[in-house]
Amino acid sequence: MADLIIAEPAATLSRAGRYQRQDRYFQWLTGGFALFVLLLLGGIVLSILDGAWPALRQFGFGFLVTETWNPVTEKFGALAPIFGTLVTSIIAMLVGVPLGFGIALFLTERCPPVLKRPLGIAVELLAGIPSIIYGIWGLFVLAPFLQHHVQPFLIDTLGELPWIGALFQGPPYGIGVLTAGLILGIMVLPFITAITRDVFDTVPPLLRESAYGLGCTTWEVVWNVVLPYTRAGVVGGIMLGLGRALGETMAVTFVIGNAHRISGSLLAPGTTISAAIANEFTEATGDLYTSSLIALGLLLFVITFGVLTAARLMLRHLERRRGA
Amino acid sequence: MQHNTLYLRRRIINTVMMGLSLAATLIGLVWLLLILGMLVVKGGSALNLALFTQMTPPPGSADGGLLNAIFGSLAMSLMAMLIGLPVGLLAGTWLAEYGRKQPLAELVRFVNDVLLSAPSIIIGLFIYEVLVMRMGHFSAWAGACALAVIVVPVVVRTTEDMLRLVPDTIREAAAALGAPRWKVITLISYRAARSGLVTGGLLAFARISGETAPLLFTALNNQFWSTDLNAPLANLPVTIFQFALSPYEGWQQLAWAGSLLITIVILALNILARVLSAGGKGK
Repeated sequence: MADLIIAEPAATLSRAGRYQRQDRYFQWLTGGFALFVLLLLGGIVLSILDGAWPALRQFGFGFLVTETWNPVTEKFGALAPIFGTLVTSIIAMLVGVPLGFGIALFLTERCPPVLKRPLGIAVELLAGIPSIIYGIWGLFVLAPFLQHHVQPFLIDTLGELPWIGALFQGPPYGIGVLTAGLILGIMVLPFITAITRDVFDTVPPLLRESAYGLGCTTWEVVWNVVLPYTRAGVVGGIMLGLGRALGETMAVTFVIGNAHRISGSLLAPGTTISAAIANEFTEATGDLYTSSLIALGLLLFVITFGVLTAARLMLRHLERRRGA
Repeated sequence: MQHNTLYLRRRIINTVMMGLSLAATLIGLVWLLLILGMLVVKGGSALNLALFTQMTPPPGSADGGLLNAIFGSLAMSLMAMLIGLPVGLLAGTWLAEYGRKQPLAELVRFVNDVLLSAPSIIIGLFIYEVLVMRMGHFSAWAGACALAVIVVPVVVRTTEDMLRLVPDTIREAAAALGAPRWKVITLISYRAARSGLVTGGLLAFARISGETAPLLFTALNNQFWSTDLNAPLANLPVTIFQFALSPYEGWQQLAWAGSLLITIVILALNILARVLSAGGKGK
């Protein structure tokens, strides 16, 4: 009997020790994987730097400002893809931001309650559709439509104007910078809409009701109360969309035409950073060619990293305010 | 009189702006319906049983299916989930249960956000550099790893969010009963957040089933039936990409059918995730 009484605390103690050890192991295990996330990004940056190094050493700063892209003479410059990436993304934003803003406005201020949930869910589901779907639609439906109906019209009307005419000249290919930008715009639309709507919904009802109580019209409430209150969030959401548009590959690759040159006309074929990589990487012969494509990837990473970091900082600012 | 004109102007501005907002909604809806409608019409007409029983056809051939591509996509996505899910789950657990507001946790969170929205083609380049170059050839393993890199940040994010919804009082109650921390986490927190964790997994799976860019130069593609994970493996997205850009009618039809399949799977996964998380909240 006495043995038992003595043995029990000892067993409890050793169990407590075991639990403590297990606890430590579990904390190390989970912490280790958290560190792995850091290592993953570090690995991505280092490996891409490593792969891009031969091209960067060969061309130096000139890589950024050279338009030539010639696999035969092994002269590579990133200016055309950078230009294409920026122009398509700007077009995408010109399409996506006003539309997304309008839809979010409708959903939060004017939508009949019966429709609000289904429409909101539809927007979120559409945000999940993979970009290759948008790409194949752009290639088979949008590009021929633009080629036969819209582009000839643009060339005949806007193309004749003195200043902006240069943007709409040349033969109507269907595929090209304008088509790619439009597809990108449609693609980021659900994304921008969803974020803008979520941000609009963070406005306290009291604020909104006070403005209505003063006799504001719906537009005045949105313009003078909702927008100033949510400015950081809206800009953050737009920049997240921009980050997506900049890095998007498949939707663009189908319809951009993959031509390494800078053209003043939006109707001409062009290329973007991601489309150039997707199109040429597996066919690239020679180390310098491959390395130049990886250097393009590095550029893309730097650009999107900058945009996305700014976006996150703005959204975080908003989250903090909401939390307070 | 002056008040009336001012009021009228405000009313007009309001009507115009609300009209534009309604128009934006209609344009957006019609546009997206056009895409989905075209997908259903073109893909639906190419949908048949052969799709699931036959291999991808040679160029110019009219018949054939997508069996090898469907199998390859499923295999690689499952492998990617097997690799990425535990990593993301444990890292997310650390953030929610141990890291909380430490500076290191904030850093991990930020890096995870960067990974979450990094262009997927960059991830393809990364895996090409570290796996394909070293091994000397394209392989299904490389493809699965590229997809796993996409899975990890999605799962980290949802795991952390879901575990944070579990009230601390439940953790404290379990701890007061003498349960060690790891048991509190695995038996109490995980169970309380279960439907949310499953939702995160489903969303990650939906995300990678349509990813094309990271597979282009990791798994490449394969026109034939293959179960060799050490060799290039057929997969739906890259097959769609190649077939859609080909001049052959038969291949283009298969590309549409494949697109419809992917879209249906992704929508179904998203809806399932939604239903699950709604059910979890109701309890």
